[in-house]
Amino acid sequence: MADRLTENDQPLLLAEGLGKNYGRLTACRDVSFALYPGEVLAVVGESGSGKSTLLQLLSAQLAPSAGRVSYRMRDGVLRDLASLGEAERRFLFRTDWGFVHQDPAQGLRMAVSAGANVGERLMAVGWNHYGRIREAASNWLDRVEIETSRIDDAPRTYSGGMRQRLQIARNLVTEPRLVFMDEPTGGLDVSVQARLLDLMRNLVSELGLAAIIVTHDLAVARLLSHRVMVMKGGQVIETGLTDQVLDDPREPYTQLLVSSILPP
Amino acid sequence: MTAMIELSNAEKTFTMHLQGGVELPVVRGVSFHVDAGECVVLSGPSGAGKSSILKMIYGNYRCDGGRIGIRHRGAVVDLAGAEPRQVLGIRRSTIGYVSQFLRAVPRVPTIDVVAEPLIANGVSREDARERAGALLRRLNIPERLWRLPPSTFSGGEQQRVNIAHGFISNYPILLLDEPTASLDAANRAVVVELIEEKKRKGVATVAIVHDDEIRKEIADRIVDVTAFAAAA
Repeated sequence: MADRLTENDQPLLLAEGLGKNYGRLTACRDVSFALYPGEVLAVVGESGSGKSTLLQLLSAQLAPSAGRVSYRMRDGVLRDLASLGEAERRFLFRTDWGFVHQDPAQGLRMAVSAGANVGERLMAVGWNHYGRIREAASNWLDRVEIETSRIDDAPRTYSGGMRQRLQIARNLVTEPRLVFMDEPTGGLDVSVQARLLDLMRNLVSELGLAAIIVTHDLAVARLLSHRVMVMKGGQVIETGLTDQVLDDPREPYTQLLVSSILPP
Repeated sequence: MTAMIELSNAEKTFTMHLQGGVELPVVRGVSFHVDAGECVVLSGPSGAGKSSILKMIYGNYRCDGGRIGIRHRGAVVDLAGAEPRQVLGIRRSTIGYVSQFLRAVPRVPTIDVVAEPLIANGVSREDARERAGALLRRLNIPERLWRLPPSTFSGGEQQRVNIAHGFISNYPILLLDEPTASLDAANRAVVVELIEEKKRKGVATVAIVHDDEIRKEIADRIVDVTAFAAAA
């Protein structure tokens, strides 16, 4: 895939010995990795492998039972997420991070207009000029291939693919440096998926975004990511360059995943 | 002469866990080098491991032993032990690879498929498209097809798009896996010409070609892969 990785040696996000238990149940155990600016990491594995738990730990929506996640703030300092104050945490969620949910209804406000959905993130970071907010929203709708004439319609009148594109616009309008995506193409028709993937691929490379994408679809991982982590039973069992892991899988479970894809 | 690629005792074995852990040795003791401006052709029957060696040099297949030295930005990097980020850096600016089959992204127009490696290296979209167009024209892909994604093209057309994608950048190393397999005589001649131009610019090339004529035209040296057969 196209990429513009800077050969920057400072990681943006660092996970160290990360784990989560629910009582005696281990959802995720001993995950460590570094994510660099502009790098796209795919986390693959079947349902129940712990990949969604991991995404919630990485994005500070869930407190880890073990280990820690550090993030390089815009001032260049690497900070433990658990040590952040409320204001800093809010800044991350509203500005520096994006979170694209599988179900757009979770990431959008379904009853307010598309323009307001996009504009809301801008207002949260202090924009207050109505005309400019509307203009930025309209530019973003255009970028995600939604007709700007639909700006005043609520997303509940949109198709599934349009909703997902709107959710992406809402997340990217504040120019985040890191976007988390949880099965972003799940539940969409194949033709709609292809369009969304192509769009995401271009946006990620144009904006130099770092992204962590949880998916069970290996084709999505191949198309969007530089690196892959394969999870099973809450642990990372294999990791490497995406094409290397998919073309030369080493672990029994990864070989099973790769060989289970039905040819079209 | 500077060696751009230097393999010493590289080896590859597949372990097929789904078939009861059968070990499938592919190659071992792979040792050869390629200098700047030189074209080395790998020879041997199908299944001898030629494509596997090419994929190891690209970092697509992992190397299970030995060394794969690549001259990248003035220093030698051992690809066999490199971090994913290093491999990506090497692919972005040092190694170009023309695979047997084009793996194109759905919906992306041909002209952009070809222009992509330049854009990834910071060339403006306009410039990149112009150079992509010139190369496609040279490879006889009619202009009316440029705006279409290559997925519906014939095998020969896809192969030429693939070649354009691999040849457009000024990579100092080129890996070619049967670049002329599905081409007619006229287009084969264009590809030979493109390879000659790369050689004159000092590019180190490793190629797999089954056509004896073409092999004679481009090869400076032939490396017989059967010598690296990994007897089970």
